[in-house]
Amino acid sequence: MEKRVVFSNRWLPYLLVAPQLLVTFVFFFWPAGQAIYQSAFIPDPFGLKTQFVGLGNFEYLFGNRYYRESFLTTAVFSVLVTVSSMSFALWLAVLADRVIKGSSAYRTLLIWPYAVAPAIAGVLWLFMFNPFTGIIAWMLFQVGYVWNHNLDGGQAMALVVAASAWKQISYNFLFFLAGLQAIPKSVIEAAAIDGASFWRRFWTIIFPLLSPTTFFLLVVNIIYAFFDTFGVIHTITQGGPQQSTTILVYKVFADGFVGQDLGSSAAQSVVLLVLVGVLTVVQFRFIERRVHY
Amino acid sequence: MSGMVEKRGIGTWLTHGGLILGIAVICFPIWIAFVASTVTQDELVRPPMPLLPGPHLFDNYLEALMTGGVAPVWQMLVNSLVMALGITIGKIVISLLSAYAIVYFKFRFRMFFFWLIFMTLMLPVEVRIVPTYEVVANLGLLNSYSGLILPLIASATATFLFRQLFMTIPDELTEAARVDGAGPVRFFFDILLPMSRTNIAALFVILFIYGWNQYLWPLLITTDPSMNTVIMGIKQMLPTGDQTVEWPVIMATAMLAMLPPVLVVLGMQKLFVKGLVESEK
Repeated sequence: MEKRVVFSNRWLPYLLVAPQLLVTFVFFFWPAGQAIYQSAFIPDPFGLKTQFVGLGNFEYLFGNRYYRESFLTTAVFSVLVTVSSMSFALWLAVLADRVIKGSSAYRTLLIWPYAVAPAIAGVLWLFMFNPFTGIIAWMLFQVGYVWNHNLDGGQAMALVVAASAWKQISYNFLFFLAGLQAIPKSVIEAAAIDGASFWRRFWTIIFPLLSPTTFFLLVVNIIYAFFDTFGVIHTITQGGPQQSTTILVYKVFADGFVGQDLGSSAAQSVVLLVLVGVLTVVQFRFIERRVHY
Repeated sequence: MSGMVEKRGIGTWLTHGGLILGIAVICFPIWIAFVASTVTQDELVRPPMPLLPGPHLFDNYLEALMTGGVAPVWQMLVNSLVMALGITIGKIVISLLSAYAIVYFKFRFRMFFFWLIFMTLMLPVEVRIVPTYEVVANLGLLNSYSGLILPLIASATATFLFRQLFMTIPDELTEAARVDGAGPVRFFFDILLPMSRTNIAALFVILFIYGWNQYLWPLLITTDPSMNTVIMGIKQMLPTGDQTVEWPVIMATAMLAMLPPVLVVLGMQKLFVKGLVESEK
């Protein structure tokens, strides 16, 4: 796509793109280059000089049991966050779409958790599930279930999933509601007149027509779970217990800043860079297609 | 027909019931945090905690604001505000300018520049965290507003959005402006900017929330407590071994940290939904 009518000026366009290019070079290409460069070196124990190891850091990384486990943890975490958040949001959106009176009040009450930071979501859930004083931990104890996510890896995972999914429900709800409202009512009414029950209408008509929204949200939620949930993990579990909630983004941070293993951390950055690239291409191709509909 | 109406009656009842249940689940964590911010530490450490607000709201919020943890919360809120506004305004300004250049001018390297900018879509700060930290440290920007703001305005999302918007603005307007003798600068300020007003406002809401809610970046580069933002500052308040800050104060801080972005979302709900759906994040 090009404009027919354009301005011509020798220096103005360069001046206009200069600020963004400058920021992009200094804070994007320079660090990304550094990451790729550092991923090929290891510093000696005193940090005085570095030794070229080629792809050695990557070999070491993928040979490392903890890193491979972190991949698995990330996969489990993302799938759980995506599925639980999206299904709860879809359920609410289907209900809200049926409401005629007061739907805007419901919408208002459902969208504001979008504004809550992941780190704050972490603090709120940590407070409710505090093993000694938390209200929900106490309730669970009353029915005979001992909650301590500091000791139990499964409980820790459940807690970070719940906090992450909770924060993302609003976002999914808004997109599902918009998707539902775009479905022509006549199609659904026709099915209702033919005697199709609500669930039958949902699975045979509404859900298929909603699939572009569902697919878009799937990608967005996976990206969210991969990269935006650092605050949740860092406030609630710090990756523990025994690395059971160490997702990839948390590991880059833990190895780079806490463990000071810069070569490995840089190699992990490069791996993540490739992952984001792939996800973005998937997302972008999809958005482009939507634009042309 | 009467059967359908009857079914509808029960259906409507179930629908409202389901929605209210959903809202209750979603609001429960906030309600608990609010209640906890109005009672005393003693009431919280002996479970079960009360489920209705107590009389200590004022004391707790005052203590949070004036004493807080390593820094008073009012100072953290100011830092958060500066950072959020800096990121928001910075992103909007540099994106407007670069999108304008890319859409309305023909010049060497135009597409090359576009792709350079576009590539930044792919790299959130969480991914390039260690090298970005080193760059910022080398530039002497640790513990500064510039260090908090600048690395986060390098993003292509806004540029991309403005490019899309400018492409939809009819060429006749540009031609008419040129016939009237308006140069590129006049055209930008008199026509393009007013026409982009709602999009800028919608983007403002989204970016403000994005900036306010930043966590990892301020956590790394603000070692000086007086530069802490509220979202990361609350983490330093959480009890570790030697507990100093009490839960009611932490929860008051959490409420204060949520308030500005929540108010922005609720106050500008229409723009927010528009901005969200159009920017696709």
